[in-house]
Amino acid sequence: MPDFIAQWLNQNEVFTAITVAHYWDGLVTTVQLVFLSLLLGLMVALPLAIMRTSKSPFISGPVWLYTYLFRGTPLLIQLYIIYYGIAQIEGIQDTFWWTIFREPFYPALLAFTLNTAAYTTEIIRGAIVATPVGEIEAAKAYGMSWALRMRRIVLPSAARRAVQAYSNEVIFMLHASAIASVVTIVDLTGAARNIYSRFYAPFDAFIGVAVLYMLLTFILVYVFRRLERRLLRHQRPVGG
Amino acid sequence: MKKLIVAASCALALFAGQTQARDWNDIRIAFDVPYEPFEYKTPDGELTGFEVELAEAMCAELEANCEFVIQAWDGMIPGLLARKFDAIMSSMSITPERAERVLFSEPYYNTPGGWFARNDFNTDVTDMAAMEGKVVGVQRGTTMDTHVTNEMSGIVTVKRYTTAEDMVLDLEGQRLDVVFVDYPVGEQTIMNRDGFKEVGEPVKLGEGVAVAMRKRDSDLAEKVNAALRTLKENGTYDTIMNKYFSYDIKM
Repeated sequence: MPDFIAQWLNQNEVFTAITVAHYWDGLVTTVQLVFLSLLLGLMVALPLAIMRTSKSPFISGPVWLYTYLFRGTPLLIQLYIIYYGIAQIEGIQDTFWWTIFREPFYPALLAFTLNTAAYTTEIIRGAIVATPVGEIEAAKAYGMSWALRMRRIVLPSAARRAVQAYSNEVIFMLHASAIASVVTIVDLTGAARNIYSRFYAPFDAFIGVAVLYMLLTFILVYVFRRLERRLLRHQRPVGG
Repeated sequence: MKKLIVAASCALALFAGQTQARDWNDIRIAFDVPYEPFEYKTPDGELTGFEVELAEAMCAELEANCEFVIQAWDGMIPGLLARKFDAIMSSMSITPERAERVLFSEPYYNTPGGWFARNDFNTDVTDMAAMEGKVVGVQRGTTMDTHVTNEMSGIVTVKRYTTAEDMVLDLEGQRLDVVFVDYPVGEQTIMNRDGFKEVGEPVKLGEGVAVAMRKRDSDLAEKVNAALRTLKENGTYDTIMNKYFSYDIKM
């Protein structure tokens, strides 16, 4: 941080150089946590969504159970169960798993990934189911195999329908990540809570953090708008 | 007519002046129960506890008739300002925010912070070199949090919790090496389980707990301060303290 900024900040009561650095660390943690869980969640959700559309109940049934379990319970409870539950397993402290789950970051990442994957699975499934029958029949008439049909016709078409709903899921995930602070992770909200309890200044601490969340949201909205325009470019009027 | 109003208001002002300069023969003191062992009710409904007994001794010293009022914590300061009672003796710690609205006496007790760990922990908590890299749990916003943050950040990893229960779970699950918590809380939530022990000496922190009164009643505050000082010196305070605590909270 350049000296003149630090000097200017130190005249301020709550937003000193130390607290701004604290917010910055929180911002980095939030972005890491949300980005990784969304990325992993999407990677898990895509095959699950295809399985969920299968006609065989032995394939679609377990996926159905998983999405209903994770969409039917609050994320906070899932986080508590994973974070505190794992520590209660007898002897876990002596295995190599403990080096991972000792830190609060990985239990939180696991909970967030499983949660967002459940919602994303249902979003993608809905988009796949809504594929016009004519497109599939046309693909079959061309002699495309199931895999080729999926890759060339069903998934690209589903992606166009899913992108708006998925952008909401991404923004919800960003805001839901605020609960990571209850398991001692110093994310944006955790940083704000620490600053609040230090200075007894709830307005400054929480409005500051709200502005940061809003900035992140605006960036996400912008990125998704660009993505939508690209995916739906065939729908734009000619010359528009 | 005008003269009458002036006369009436003069009389009222005199009257008001008289009620203000009370000689404090009757004092109403508020407690929030239960907060064992400071104030709670016995099974037969009698109010007792460390602060209650101290208040009784103080009233005897002041030769005043005291009435004890039960008041929930969130209405404590508003109730005082609304004259529902004259003093609060309910474990109210001195903070700058509260001091803006109420008048505090001299502090009369301060619970120390205590270090607690699992039985296999064998490090001296005052030895900064030995504590290097240890994970310490505190409750967010407590004086214990401020102490660890100011004295030990950079040496230990500080984890902040909202409730003591969450912190104890992580101590049990070996995510924390040691916790630094308000001593009565540690005694109740940690020491009554197996496998935990107290490490090192309790540390006195913060400005302590004091009697809170209205800002205008500085005459009452003077009397209360004098009475508390006498009780601390003549041994009455120690007798009451030793009845309820095995450690020193005198201030």
